[in-house]
Amino acid sequence: MALLEVENIHSYYGNIHALKGVSLSVDKGEIVTLIGGNGAGKSTTLRTITGIMKPHEGHVRLEGNDLAPFKPHEIVYKGVAMVPEGRRIFARLSVAENLEMGAYTLTNKSKLNQNMERVYKLFPRLKERRSQVAGTLSGGEQQMLATGRALMADPTVLLMDEPSMGLAPVLVELIFDTIQQINKEGTTILLVEQNALMALSIAHRGYVLQTGEIVISDTAENLKQNVTVQKAYLGME
Amino acid sequence: MLRTWRQRITLTDIVVWAIGVAIGAVIIIGTIATLRSGKYSANTWLDLTVKGLALGGVYALIAMGYTLVYGILRMINFAHSEVFMSGPFTAVFLANALSRSGFMDRQPLIGMLLVLALSIAVSMTIAVLLERIAYRPLRHAPRLVPLITAIGASFFLQYVFRGLYGSGFQAYAIPKVLQGSITIGGLRIFNTQIAVILGALGMMFALYAIVQWTKTGKAMRAVSEDKEAAALMGIDVDRIISLTFALGGISAGAAGILYALLFPVVNFIMGFIPGLKAFTAAVLGGIGNVPGAFLGAMILGLIESIGPNLFLDGLGVPTPSQLKDAIAFTILVFILIFRPTGILGERMAQSKA
Repeated sequence: MALLEVENIHSYYGNIHALKGVSLSVDKGEIVTLIGGNGAGKSTTLRTITGIMKPHEGHVRLEGNDLAPFKPHEIVYKGVAMVPEGRRIFARLSVAENLEMGAYTLTNKSKLNQNMERVYKLFPRLKERRSQVAGTLSGGEQQMLATGRALMADPTVLLMDEPSMGLAPVLVELIFDTIQQINKEGTTILLVEQNALMALSIAHRGYVLQTGEIVISDTAENLKQNVTVQKAYLGME
Repeated sequence: MLRTWRQRITLTDIVVWAIGVAIGAVIIIGTIATLRSGKYSANTWLDLTVKGLALGGVYALIAMGYTLVYGILRMINFAHSEVFMSGPFTAVFLANALSRSGFMDRQPLIGMLLVLALSIAVSMTIAVLLERIAYRPLRHAPRLVPLITAIGASFFLQYVFRGLYGSGFQAYAIPKVLQGSITIGGLRIFNTQIAVILGALGMMFALYAIVQWTKTGKAMRAVSEDKEAAALMGIDVDRIISLTFALGGISAGAAGILYALLFPVVNFIMGFIPGLKAFTAAVLGGIGNVPGAFLGAMILGLIESIGPNLFLDGLGVPTPSQLKDAIAFTILVFILIFRPTGILGERMAQSKA
């Protein structure tokens, strides 16, 4: 049984049919990437998994349990954390307070401190700036904070929406190295990316989403060799 | 360059500026004239200052309700003045019963705490129900809709309480320990004023501590910035909004009892003027900002108490203190025109997408 299973979901924005029967699955310990162009429905898929959008049709299952009856904040308690598109850190809270909010679901204070140490180890920059107001961080640091914040909840599945967006190549490298490290430490990851080359270089498997439909599903290695993928998403002729 | 600059200045701007300058001139001339006449002694000014601080403390507690709710929902809860009225207007019956039975004189501290607790409980309940019934279903409606509902809810509550307890004024029995005054160096301070100032400062500090340092308070600030991101952290946004209304209700209920110590009569429209004043204070300090609400309320309390005598007496205005409300609301109009973000306010509109 897959850890996270999306089965035939249909979603609408008003009259626009944004997802037309998307199905995908993520197994425990994997990094799975969802690639596709602008408006393909990648973010919509993630928003549906988190419960912020409810699908018109279809199911989202975590460890076999249907998530449909749960509100977004309840789904977090079930072990799904998200690094949202555009980071969405709490700009007027300090770095440490942002991380505390990430650990909102934890009731154990020592577990919280332990997770905070882990995040500070992954991103030493955040430790240096822990009492600074988050709105004053640079774009790269904000991405680190958004990633660290999601890790604070000890998620079983981490959803990441465009972590490379707007970052300098060096920082993209750093973020992707960290994603791999987080995965090695046992967190399952579903990664949505426009930077398909980077995403495929760290993922085990991938799905290609086009105008609301999954058009290709394969291992990352095979996707990199796939002519359609090379043409459309890797910029090769 | 000059042309475009000229075009941007409209007749309205000129009139508004002219009125502003005129009011400024009146204030300056009036102040100089009053001080030169030497009609009031230093003690009178100190006396008015103490009065202003007490009044400011009450406004600060009411303003907390406006500012917390605005911070989290970007909505002015115009029914907050009724949240403020409902507590003391209910607790007055308990207070008077305790006085009549003599309990209040035997155990003034327990008696006062009981009255305070009842007032707080009623105001908090009203605030939470108000959000649950009147505002939550309209969370995603255009901003004007909950505003109109708030005004409707305000009238509804006024007349429900009128129906429950009658339209007359109820005298509020002040416990014997708080009657009387102390004199420090010729300055006479009423015990009630001391109680109000200390009570308000204590409550304000407690509220600030909750918002700043507790997990729930941090969650409130997170929700006020980005509800969706907060939900993705596992924060139950609806619950936090309820708690915010509860906190606003608690401070309004406490403010109601303190207000009744200063002006010991209560009735069903007692909330209207202090509610508007506290709203003015919240806007003056920068709505949405907790320390701002405190600062704005203290400034408003002081201006309202000292202002009429200081600004108007020297101009030969008879009984200037009757114009205190005019002064308070002139301030509201002018902040809204010249500095709508208030003293400590930040530009909210830009940070929210």
